[in-house]
Order: sequence, then C-alpha cells, then structure tokens
Amino acid sequence: MISFSHVSKRYPGGHQALQDVSFSINAGELVFVTGHSGAGKSTLLKLLVAIERPTSGSVIVNGQNVGALGRRAVPFMRRSFGLVFQDHKLLFDRSVFDNVALPLQIAGFPGRDAARRVRAALDKVGLLKYETAMPITLSGGEQQRLCMARAIVHRPAILLADEPTGNLDTDYALEIGELIRSFNQVGVTAIIATHDQTLLARLAPRVISLKHGALESGGAA
Amino acid sequence: MRAWLAAHAGGFGAALERIAFAPLGSALNALVIGIALSLPVGLYLLVSNLQAASHQLTAAPQISAFMALDANRAEIAQIEARLKQTPQIAAYRLVPREQALAELKKSSGLTDVIDGLPQNPLPDAFVIDAADPSPTALEALRDEIRQWPRVAHVQLDAQWARRLDAGLRFSRMVAAILGTLLGIALVAVTFNTIRLQVLTRREEIEVIKLIGATDAFIQRPFLYFGALQGLAGGAVAWLIVSAGAYLANRSLGELSHVYASLLQLNALTPGDSLALLLTPASLGWFGAWLSVSRHLALIER
Repeated sequence: MISFSHVSKRYPGGHQALQDVSFSINAGELVFVTGHSGAGKSTLLKLLVAIERPTSGSVIVNGQNVGALGRRAVPFMRRSFGLVFQDHKLLFDRSVFDNVALPLQIAGFPGRDAARRVRAALDKVGLLKYETAMPITLSGGEQQRLCMARAIVHRPAILLADEPTGNLDTDYALEIGELIRSFNQVGVTAIIATHDQTLLARLAPRVISLKHGALESGGAA
Repeated sequence: MRAWLAAHAGGFGAALERIAFAPLGSALNALVIGIALSLPVGLYLLVSNLQAASHQLTAAPQISAFMALDANRAEIAQIEARLKQTPQIAAYRLVPREQALAELKKSSGLTDVIDGLPQNPLPDAFVIDAADPSPTALEALRDEIRQWPRVAHVQLDAQWARRLDAGLRFSRMVAAILGTLLGIALVAVTFNTIRLQVLTRREEIEVIKLIGATDAFIQRPFLYFGALQGLAGGAVAWLIVSAGAYLANRSLGELSHVYASLLQLNALTPGDSLALLLTPASLGWFGAWLSVSRHLALIER
C-alpha cells in the first residue's frame, strides 16, 4: 500500500532530513515511526501527503508516485488520508460539529449523509454531547479526540498522526492510543510518528525507527 | 451538477457568513464603492438626458433662407426651382409668411400684439436640409444660397446645438474615463480587502489544504465575497443616483410649471440599472480572483 524506496530529503539550506530510506507498509498495518527529535519522523509523514517532495527516491501510495504528483492532483490524493496533528490544527471560529464536517464539505458530500457521519464520528470519540460547543472550550485531550474525529469522518484508508499524544497526560494519551487501535482494527492503516514509550508498550505495533535521517530498524515488512 | 451547485452554494454561504461577521466594515466598504461609482453614473445619467433633450430640439442642422420682405411670388418660385436643381440639397420646405405669422401667434401667445401690427413683419422662408450634414458642406451651401437674388438672409442654425452636442460628448467621455478609473480602483480595493482576508485566514487555509481542499474550494468564498461587495457598492450607487434624480425632478417640476416646458430627468433604465449592479459585481469578482490566486500561491503547501 505504501512504499518508500531509497528516499532522501534534503531541505534548502543543506539539512539532510532523510537519507536513503526504504520500507513498505501493507494495508491494515499499525506502524509507529520512532526516533529522537530531528530524526526525520515529521519529514517522513510530510512526504506521504506531498507537503514536501523527496529530493531523490520515490514514495508510492496506493500505486501513485506521490513525489511526482501534479499540483492539481494533490488535494484528491490527500483525501485518502486522515491527518492528526500534535497541535490539533482545529478551526476555532466554528463549532465542534463544523470542524468535523469540514473534510466532508471539501469532498462535496451531500448534507444529510454528512450530518449522520459527523455525529457517528463524534460519538466514536465520545464528544457527541459537545457538538454545538466551540473547540476552545474543550480540554487538550478532548481537542485531540476532536482532531481524531475530523481525521476519520470521511473514512480514509490511512490514518497519519504526528505526535498525537505529544501534549497530553498519560491517561489522555492512552485514550488516543485506544482510538487508534480501534480504527486499525476495522482495517484502517495507521502510521503514527511518536516517541511516547507508554503508547508503544500498550499497542505493541510494528516499529520503524529512524536515526539522523537513516533507517535504523523495522524496514522489512 | 448537483455537487457543483452544492459547492457553489457552500462558497456563497461562507461569503455571506464573512460579511455577517463584520457587518460594519462590509457596509462601509459598500458605501465607499457606492459613492465613488455614483459620480460617473450620475454624470452619465445627466449627459444622456441632456443629449436626448438636445436631439428633440434639432435632429440635424438645417439652413434657413429668408427672402426679402418685398419678394413677389414669381421670385420665390424662381428660388424654389433653383433649390430643386441643387444636388447638395436633400429636402426643403417653404414657410410662407402668413403661415409663419400664424405659428408665431399660436406659440408665443402674443395674439394681441401681433393683431395690432399694421402688416406682417415676417418674410417668406425656406427651411433646407442638406444632403451632407458635415459643417464644411453646410457652410459652402449657405454661402452659395446667400448670393442668390432676393435672398435677404441665410442662417445656418443648429450651430449651438452642435456645440452642445460636442460638449455633451465631451462630458460623456469624462464620465467614461471616470468610470474606468473608478472601476480600476474597485478592483484594487477588492484586491486589498481579499489580501487582508487571506492573510488573517492563513492558518485556516493551511489546514483545509492539508485536509484535501482544492484551490477552487478555497477560492470560492473569497470570490463570492468580492462579487457581493461589488454588488452592494453598485446597489448603493443606484440608490444614490436614483435619489438624486428624484430630488432633482422635484425641483425641476417647479421650474417646469413656470416655463411650461418638459424638463425632466429620466431615471436609470432597467438595462442601465442591471449594468450598474453587474459591472461592479464582476469587477469585484475579478479583483478577488487576482488577489486570492496570487496569495494562495504564497501559501504553498
């Protein structure tokens, strides 16, 4: 489903973020990408959704070479991902419901079906009672769960999370971990960049480990 | 098709929300645009009305040839024959002195004075339409007729009308130039408004881009915002001009009573009104498009 072959990424200015990284991930896998800060975890995720393009090598997702996608094709490719960010990236000028409805609006989903799906997603993360609230009134853990709801509402094939528990206490972090596990159990491929050891121990996923931009272990599927 | 409509309805709704979010700012913008646009539109309206009025007065320049007071029938017939033979003349009309006097009586209301005259002071006259209405041809014709026997006086009238017409054409051009400049200003104002909006919404745009929004999806609310702002400006200009015309007509009405003439400022026609609404709307759309496509490219992610 996803394969990196000999991928290198050098940023303008000379910083070498990734160095000849190759691995592949099958559909339905739960994979953690770990490593010290600056090891290249975020860059790896950015390459997957074409926020950055590889300097060399190829990133293939669902048979598409993401690094060579045209500008116009990028938005449609991104819709097969659900994205969870460490800083949530919620929109604070609209309600909880509207935040979750955003990916459906973007995909042009008709209204009534969309409302049903939004409520299902909110129910799944335990925020249904807050649907009319504004995100700013939610706690950090709730905001992260809201971000999860937004990531899965359009039923993406792949869930990408960048340090999803980075700002959370252990209890909240484990809640997020359980959510990730439950999505993975219904067939969603999940790729999580983290250095949260508790989460690692709890979920026991396959681990791809990076060190100074190079693959340290976990390359073979 | 339905998805397309829904997408546009969504963009339109988002634009309305943005306007509702800052009602005072939006109203002030519409007011500024409206006042600016009302200047050339008002000038245009005034010029169109004056032009229509001047056309009513004289359709084309005419030459009037007045016979000597003591010219007899035979001499008049001679002149008439010459007029018939001159190829530069398209048409002519004899106004006999009796008819001229009767018309003067009717139109001036000076019946008593005219009846008191010992004899008819008016000469026989020909009103002549030239085949070629250009000023040089008219002047040549006037000079020629002037030399014919028993023609006392030749007058090329409508010179003042042509001057008025030239003046009006000049004013119309001023209105057009003013309109063009203010149209450009409208594009620039919209460009700037949208630029600020894009910058304040930068984070939101980044997020929805990450979620898979196409450029068209991101642009739509901005484009509708620009168009609506232009439309509102056009509506304000329409109100200002219409109110101005109404007030002018009220005072012109009093003048009309005094002079018993038809002085009236016609309001904007439905076609003009539609143009006044749609032109600023499309200019707003264009300004927004220029701005948003330029500034979205800067938020490349």
